[in-house]
Amino acid sequence: MASEKNRETRAHPYMPNSVPAIERQLLREVGVDSAEELFAQIPADHRAAEFPGFPPTLSSEVELSRHVGDLLSKNLDCRRNLSFLGGGIWQHHVPAVCDEIVRRSEFTTNVWGTPSSDHGRNQAWFEFQSQLGELLDLELVGLPVYSWGTAVGNALRMASRITGRRRVLLPRCLDPDRRGVISNFCEPVGTGSHLTIVEIDADRATGRLDLADLRAKLGADVAAVYFENPAYLGAMETGAAEITGLAHAAGAQAIVGVDPISLGILSPPSAYGADIAVGSTQPLGVHMSCGGGAGGFIATRDEPIYAKEYPTLLLSATETHAGELGFSLALFHQTSYGSRELGKDWTGNSTYLYTVANAAFMALLGPDGFRELGELIVARARYAAGLLAEIPGVRVPGAQSCFKEFVVDFSSTHRTVSAINDALRARGIFGGIDLSRSFPELGQSSLYCVTEVHSAADLQRLVATVREVCAS
Amino acid sequence: MNTKSVEPSAAKESSVKLRRYHAAVWDEPLILEMGVTGRRGQHYPPPEAMVTAAVGDPLQLVPAALRRSASPELPEMSEPDVLRHYLHLAQETLGMMGISLFGTCTMKYNPRLGEAFAALPEFAELHPGQDARTLQGVLGIIWRFDRILRSLSGMDQFVFQAGGGAEAAYTHACVTRAWLAARGELGKRNQVITSIQSHPCNPATAAAAGFEVVTLMLGERGYPSLDALRAAVSDRTAALMINNPDDMGIYNPEIKEWVRIVHEAGGLCFYDHANFNGVMSKIRARDLGFDACMFMLHKTFGAPKGGGGPAVGAYGCSADLVPFLPGPLVTQRGDFFALEDPGVHSVGKIREYLGNVQQVLKAYVWARAMGLDGVAKASDMSVILNNYMEKELLKIRGVTRSHPNIDGWRLEMTRFSLEKLYEDTGVTVFDVQNRMVDFGIDAFWLAHEPWVVPHPFTPEAGEMWSREDVDYWIAVLRRISDEAYSNPEIVRTAPHNQVIGKLRGAALDEPDNWAMTWRAYRRKHRTG
Repeated sequence: MASEKNRETRAHPYMPNSVPAIERQLLREVGVDSAEELFAQIPADHRAAEFPGFPPTLSSEVELSRHVGDLLSKNLDCRRNLSFLGGGIWQHHVPAVCDEIVRRSEFTTNVWGTPSSDHGRNQAWFEFQSQLGELLDLELVGLPVYSWGTAVGNALRMASRITGRRRVLLPRCLDPDRRGVISNFCEPVGTGSHLTIVEIDADRATGRLDLADLRAKLGADVAAVYFENPAYLGAMETGAAEITGLAHAAGAQAIVGVDPISLGILSPPSAYGADIAVGSTQPLGVHMSCGGGAGGFIATRDEPIYAKEYPTLLLSATETHAGELGFSLALFHQTSYGSRELGKDWTGNSTYLYTVANAAFMALLGPDGFRELGELIVARARYAAGLLAEIPGVRVPGAQSCFKEFVVDFSSTHRTVSAINDALRARGIFGGIDLSRSFPELGQSSLYCVTEVHSAADLQRLVATVREVCAS
Repeated sequence: MNTKSVEPSAAKESSVKLRRYHAAVWDEPLILEMGVTGRRGQHYPPPEAMVTAAVGDPLQLVPAALRRSASPELPEMSEPDVLRHYLHLAQETLGMMGISLFGTCTMKYNPRLGEAFAALPEFAELHPGQDARTLQGVLGIIWRFDRILRSLSGMDQFVFQAGGGAEAAYTHACVTRAWLAARGELGKRNQVITSIQSHPCNPATAAAAGFEVVTLMLGERGYPSLDALRAAVSDRTAALMINNPDDMGIYNPEIKEWVRIVHEAGGLCFYDHANFNGVMSKIRARDLGFDACMFMLHKTFGAPKGGGGPAVGAYGCSADLVPFLPGPLVTQRGDFFALEDPGVHSVGKIREYLGNVQQVLKAYVWARAMGLDGVAKASDMSVILNNYMEKELLKIRGVTRSHPNIDGWRLEMTRFSLEKLYEDTGVTVFDVQNRMVDFGIDAFWLAHEPWVVPHPFTPEAGEMWSREDVDYWIAVLRRISDEAYSNPEIVRTAPHNQVIGKLRGAALDEPDNWAMTWRAYRRKHRTG
């Protein structure tokens, strides 16, 4: 009995003051008999009597660890299976140093201090902005936003404020999740912040933007043209310079979504006329985490018309009185923290922690690492695309134009992507994203993603298994 | 203004001995200035022979017009040098090694067990596009955690897409639009009502979603009056977005009447639970009549804030609003957890995929470790410790409390003012912040814009800091107050024991001054 009583009153491991004697002492010093008295502000008829459905306490780590471990063991992951899923979250190798650094308690912390007490973290953030600026060849990079879709939404609204126009052009073929986020930034009609979205057709074979359609839809009311390079369906956008040229001729801003992992071999967006570059930070040393690895960047030339429209926090280098390098927020007053509803969109907690992993990743790779990685990915992706295209009934329309993703069209196999993916999964393979619902005009098509984690042997296994599944 | 001074005569001499402290100083150069041509921190294998035999020279696979001509000017470094560089930067960050009573955040301990699970391949190596049959573990955790938040709020469904508290407020603005559209009232009801003490994200997200913002000022009791609210509502009212208690630890006892008035006018009511500690396990938003609420899983539920995310603003609502939620929703069918597509009224996507589910996992770990009793205890402890701290802080010369006319106990936070200290000594709240970090404790939070109280500061003791930690923190503030009155220069020129000294005051709002990349900085400040 004595030990049971001890259990009822023992201090909780996360609460140092939950020792009964300490609590009593604190209450005495405050001058009350019980904690209840301190909640006198809350009227009695506001108080809740019950909290039904709260599961039992597992305050012992050994029990809790077993419980959560059992739950997680029900997942099948992309390390024990061979996955070809991409589309906005990609399986890239995360160097061990990135994990070691980003998990340090100094960074994975709740604390926000001063420019002095946060100096190391601020420097890591500034190194993220600076190194990403080198990859993008742009001098102004903000701290990240929630995701790639958020970055596009913010960028479209920046462009609208800059041009005073309210129509934006987007490719017809965009990741549905990303497109959904963008829609909420622009729509619905009937609200004060409404931007009209107009879709531009894509070439069916390559996924590249249809320039004739773009010309037809550009006009003096267009704030921005947004496109991706590589495009969502995988093609490198060879018309990039022409697209930005057409946008500029119409007085619109050119916004380009890029995959930062491609920039060791692909031109930076500024080289073909991008005004605002956006994209995902996840490929740069962050795990997929079921989509929780998402993060978005916004970058531009260092010009006031852009700088003064950023909604994000912007960390600037500056100096101390003694001449040391330090960091502080620039243009803070234009954020929602500084100006509430008069600020630029809004900002808040975002994905800043991951910039530390991003910074370490970019420093580890350096220029040669990015080039090697890009070459390896494009070579293996083309290899896989070519082999898949040899399977009877399987078409790979973008086999000659892809970077790391490509469409595999199974229509002529008379099998659905869903059935093929079920059969692949039974053989330890996660097939590509099923496009048949989002893009019915592509038939039974699937978006496959190949990266540096896929060896040639993995790709041969994929091809042999697809061949077997399609023949069965 | 609304502040009250307590004579310092009651102050007992502190028995706390302040430690010697100096931050680690490495004079660590920027990584862009490090490295030597040819050094490598990561190798990738060349494509296999069979790959190159099939596709040829990889560089030729990129059309000439799109081929990168000049290499990015990234540093060239060995792996150990990169590791040591970031370890130095970690050491030059005070982080959780100090004591941080950072107000308005309900900061919790971040259990390392949650971090350990989030790092496992069976979580970290999941793709959000996987078939639901392969995600049963993570979907089960989302489903279970939804039940926990339902229990604490009375709401009927939670979603976790929002990547922070601000994005949860934005979710509410989007849900309100969809709800209005379904009723044919979009464009007619175009005003969102909030208070001057609400977090800036409430008015900002409402405005971004196309609403006009009506901001109520505080009345005598520390919250806007019922008359002010009655004057603000109309047939244009779309929603109320409000927190309670506000950042001053003052609970609005008329909140049920507020909800009734807004409902009667035809609007929705959203409860921003940023300050949950003061009411956690005491009230439930739905029981008070609210249609929706928001919890921050970072901060309030034990997932790390990480210096600024990844975060989760868990958005919960009543059954009436469920059709408008962003999808997919996690539902249970027998033993199977499914992803259910949203219906035609859904707002679609607030953020890609299922949100920052690693933070949901960590919050689940925290909530199960605490249990309902632990959650209730945490609320009690944070309110006890705040009132203890308030008593001690008000003994310090120059410190006053907001709203002296309101007697009684504050909840988990109190807003203080250093106006008196400033008037007496010329030392500002910013100076005090800079001096605090000289003692190995982190600076206090001041207040969100606009400042309702002059020279404000808002510490929050919470439940994770020991009484000794809080006593130490109080002792530091007492010491700084003494310095302000006896030797203000030492405070004004602080910090002295930190990684770097005080920044020059120059505003970084002009193109010639700001530099968000090293390249821009060199161009603007290092020429010639």
